[in-house]
Amino acid sequence: MATTRPLPPLTRRRAGSERSIEAFLFMAAAVGVLTTIGIIVVLGYETLQFFTKVSPVEFFTGTVWSASIKPYQFGVVPLVVSTLMVAAIALVIGIPLGLLSAIYLAEYATPRVRTLVKPILELIAGIPTIVLGFFAINFLTPNILKALIPSIGGFSALSAGIVVGILVTPLIASLSEDAMRSVPRGLREGAFAMGATRFEVIRKIILPAALSGIMASIILAMSRAVGETMAVVLAAGTNPNLTLNPLESVQTMTAFIVQISLGDTPADSIQFYSLFAVAALLFAMTLVLNLLSDWIVRRFRNAYD
Amino acid sequence: MTALPSSVPTPQPSAATAARFEPDLARRKLAGTLFLGAAIFAIGIALLVLVLLLWDVFTRGLPYLDWDFITGVPSRRPANAGVWPAILGSLYIGVITAVITFPIGVAAALYLEEYAPRSRFTRLLRTNISNLAGVPSIIYGVFGLALFVRALSLGYTLISGALTLSLLILPVVIIASMEAVRAVPDSQREGAYALGATRWQMVRQAVLPAAAPGIMTGIILSMARAIGETAPLILVGAVTFVTYPPNPVQGGYTVLPIQIFQWASRPQEAFQAIAASAIIVLLVLLLILNMLALYLRARLSRHLQW
Repeated sequence: MATTRPLPPLTRRRAGSERSIEAFLFMAAAVGVLTTIGIIVVLGYETLQFFTKVSPVEFFTGTVWSASIKPYQFGVVPLVVSTLMVAAIALVIGIPLGLLSAIYLAEYATPRVRTLVKPILELIAGIPTIVLGFFAINFLTPNILKALIPSIGGFSALSAGIVVGILVTPLIASLSEDAMRSVPRGLREGAFAMGATRFEVIRKIILPAALSGIMASIILAMSRAVGETMAVVLAAGTNPNLTLNPLESVQTMTAFIVQISLGDTPADSIQFYSLFAVAALLFAMTLVLNLLSDWIVRRFRNAYD
Repeated sequence: MTALPSSVPTPQPSAATAARFEPDLARRKLAGTLFLGAAIFAIGIALLVLVLLLWDVFTRGLPYLDWDFITGVPSRRPANAGVWPAILGSLYIGVITAVITFPIGVAAALYLEEYAPRSRFTRLLRTNISNLAGVPSIIYGVFGLALFVRALSLGYTLISGALTLSLLILPVVIIASMEAVRAVPDSQREGAYALGATRWQMVRQAVLPAAAPGIMTGIILSMARAIGETAPLILVGAVTFVTYPPNPVQGGYTVLPIQIFQWASRPQEAFQAIAASAIIVLLVLLLILNMLALYLRARLSRHLQW
């Protein structure tokens, strides 16, 4: 080390300060737990307030969401369906792109190509999502989707799903690549020695061995897609309609939260509380997905070494 | 084959193996080539999207990007509009967020890596942090609205925004710092102990300086993440039309992503164009931060040797 400063002598006072430093460090580590508790308490409490005004049955099973136009109706089904539809489209785009990129980087690319391509791919993950939303409404929809599907509107679930798919591609690629690279060499070499071609090694050895990591990355990507906000607000619009047609404008859960906070919604109004109820449901959905992803990694991890 | 004595039977594949075995090597290789083609195509699409995105933003935004745009204030007329309050807002909020997150994040990482006993509670702390990193950013916005804006009465101010973003990036900073601390070889710790250092003296003088490059890189990259965030700030009240420089504790403020969002939500072509100009400013800002991170890493690790 460069430092050659003599250490202060260890006195009784110093031993005391050692303990207070440890206590301070512990408190910093506990901030995370407090945040989690805080989020759960706040969302839970405000959601209960909401449920005194709108029954949970109406909230969970109602098929009309009309928070700003009378008669007010708070059936969350359209928001959830739109959210899942956008996430599903995102995965249809993101899984093949991410997985194939991961296979290329882990199994085919020379080290030189890899060190060049990987950071560029990761650049996509660093782009603020609002920029992807801008790309969706200004380039993707008018220049590409309109040419392929003339009936598509300016805002659509399809356009939002595609940009979110692009957004989760680096996530799937990087986590799946890690999983594939951790498959031991011996398995690969054994398969090559048996006369398998490279593609056969990938299909029959690498992919099955890395399956748990790949599944975990896909579920994390789904969680990301469900919680994605700005790209979806710009690309999918703010029309809370219950449809499975990806060409129509829809409103996801996150887009509703943004819309309600942009308007002059008075605190303590029913709309204000509905924001917390939707946020609580969103939090629960992403938490389940994140825990599932964790569990898959732990449960199905192949311990080779 | 002629060298084999005729008494050794040629091994015959079992019926099950024979059914699975594809003897046509040319066909097997063709399948592989097609697959490689698909993989290169996929990665090509991902890279193409990036190129198209940058090309679209720059062709749209560059014509409007001049000195007046950078130093000007927002206006109802797109031709006169500028982003100076938004640039200042982004810088203020980025720096305040980093200042809040830095001590807490590093302290938490030091606790978890250097002090924490192997217990269930420690495992809970770790799992909790990785789960927090997966919570959607807008949820932090909702939490910040309830806690900072309302319960603590900080109002819709820049400090509420910075506190909210601090909670958002804290898990990322902790995880990056933990990795940096873990990468310090044990010989450094043992050396310090052998010289009679207490645990904190060891951490302070052996571990921290060695982990500094990794920690600094993590902090700056998280700061870049905070500056690119939009959704949580909409919840805690970044407003869209601000013509004056921000004040941390009172009055409205705006940041670049919010300004971009507001312009991009308007149907007029001219507002889309200045949204693109503002995106260029934001991307350049993020690029500078990323280069700063690379530079600091190189510089701080120059005299580290073991």
